[in-house]
Amino acid sequence: MGEKVLISGNEAIAEAAVQAGCRFFFGYPITPQNKIPEYMSKRLPQVGGCFVQAESEIAAIYMVFGAAGAGARVMTSSSSPGISLKMEGISYIAGAELPCVIVNVMRGGPGLGGILPSQSDYFQATKGGGHGDYRLLVLAPSTVQEAVDLIMDAFDLADKYRNPVMVLADGYIGQMMEPVEFKKSPPPELPPKNWAITGAKGRPRNLIKTLYLNPVELEKHNLKLQQKYLEMAKNEVRVENYMTEDAEIIIAAYGTTARITKTAIKILREKGINAGLVRPITLFPFPYSTFKEIAEKVDNILVVEMNMGQMLEDVKIGVCGRAEIHFYGRTGGMVPSYDEIAVQAEKIVKEEAI
Amino acid sequence: MSPFYEDVIIAGFGGQGILFIGKLLAYAVMKEGRNVTWIPSYGPEMRGGTANCTVVVSDEEIGSPVITNPRSLIIMNNPSLEAFEPRLKTGGLLVVNTSLVTLQPKRTDVNIVKVPANEIAIEVGNDKVANMVMLGAYIAKTKIVVKENILEALKKVLGKEKEELFELNKIAFEKGIEIGNM
Repeated sequence: MGEKVLISGNEAIAEAAVQAGCRFFFGYPITPQNKIPEYMSKRLPQVGGCFVQAESEIAAIYMVFGAAGAGARVMTSSSSPGISLKMEGISYIAGAELPCVIVNVMRGGPGLGGILPSQSDYFQATKGGGHGDYRLLVLAPSTVQEAVDLIMDAFDLADKYRNPVMVLADGYIGQMMEPVEFKKSPPPELPPKNWAITGAKGRPRNLIKTLYLNPVELEKHNLKLQQKYLEMAKNEVRVENYMTEDAEIIIAAYGTTARITKTAIKILREKGINAGLVRPITLFPFPYSTFKEIAEKVDNILVVEMNMGQMLEDVKIGVCGRAEIHFYGRTGGMVPSYDEIAVQAEKIVKEEAI
Repeated sequence: MSPFYEDVIIAGFGGQGILFIGKLLAYAVMKEGRNVTWIPSYGPEMRGGTANCTVVVSDEEIGSPVITNPRSLIIMNNPSLEAFEPRLKTGGLLVVNTSLVTLQPKRTDVNIVKVPANEIAIEVGNDKVANMVMLGAYIAKTKIVVKENILEALKKVLGKEKEELFELNKIAFEKGIEIGNM
């Protein structure tokens, strides 16, 4: 085991990106993720990389487009309103099939909202946000260590699928400090970036584009994209089942909410209520089959989020009427406490018993 | 024996070095191989013009890094006492800086350690190390980490740039330990 360092989530995300080979970062400041660009501005020049604070989020995402098109490992980060501004560019990058990593350290919305933690960009991350039939691969860390591991994986996944990968963290993960180990794993075998625009001397020219005026061609392009998303769904689903074996009630949560839920489960079990947690780690592709299986075993599933019910819809698709689904959400920067979650779950179990 | 667990909220004014002593504690805990989380004043329960941080320490995987009812409090000003005293767990530990906290703690079901931290800090040379006195008293009471690891953390956090502040902080910390052990 390597040396552990005490580091904040934001800084850990930045360092993990550098260690994963990221050499380009383009961004525009916004709370609560400013430590990421700050760290990158210092760190990237040390490794021969390039940091640019762009004039806007929109400029930043198109710089990402350019660097990704040239085959570089590139990242941008922002928080909710800033991510909204990047959405046009994200659609273009997805359409052009370019690999990059986008970090969203979510804060409360809609609009400018507030600076406190939130999970209200789930829809935006997993169901589009930008225009067109595209998907991002979406990873949701629940600890600082997991944020590090997922950032490193995100670059590989982006290259593997030639697709933007979003790491969806909430404000707490960015602000919190935890001991972290930067694990060095051997680089996976990835396809060569023979599509990159690197100067066509001695080879046929490459073209990166999103414009297909011929509908036959554009449909073909879309079908190819869909095939890729199906591949992701087949290969990349990640989920943690925590104390689900003997559970009478399942709580579904991701990110910081899932961590808080683990404490709620401890409280519930001390009271004799066997609760378990299903924690999606990939939000796209979503672990539908896990929920299908779990719904065969329990009657009640409680979805907890820092929003008004977004992952809730994916849980419903997975469960497909096989179990009762309940929801508890706090929003606007309010965070559900373990006591609140335990009370909700207890109420459901007791009502069931009547 | 049940696995070790402790959580503490450290609260006071901005500029008192609240986050700083929280980080020293977190670093020392990490050195001793335990899991630890440190969260600064960020989040809905943290509002109200005070600086604070929450440190959770456990032998097991840490669930919630946000704590509703802490086992310990280190309190450096009046608003923090008002905000957090009601939330302290029964049987918990309240370390209060009596140099600045003029309100009287109301709880009778907790252990209260009164530390005239600023007076001691002035005695050893500088008002600004009152935070280290508080940390010393807390560690003497809880034995959560060994003294040496806090000092190592201090050395690391101060770095070469502020090396000259080490001795003063160390003396204040050791005075705090003495008070905690009384």
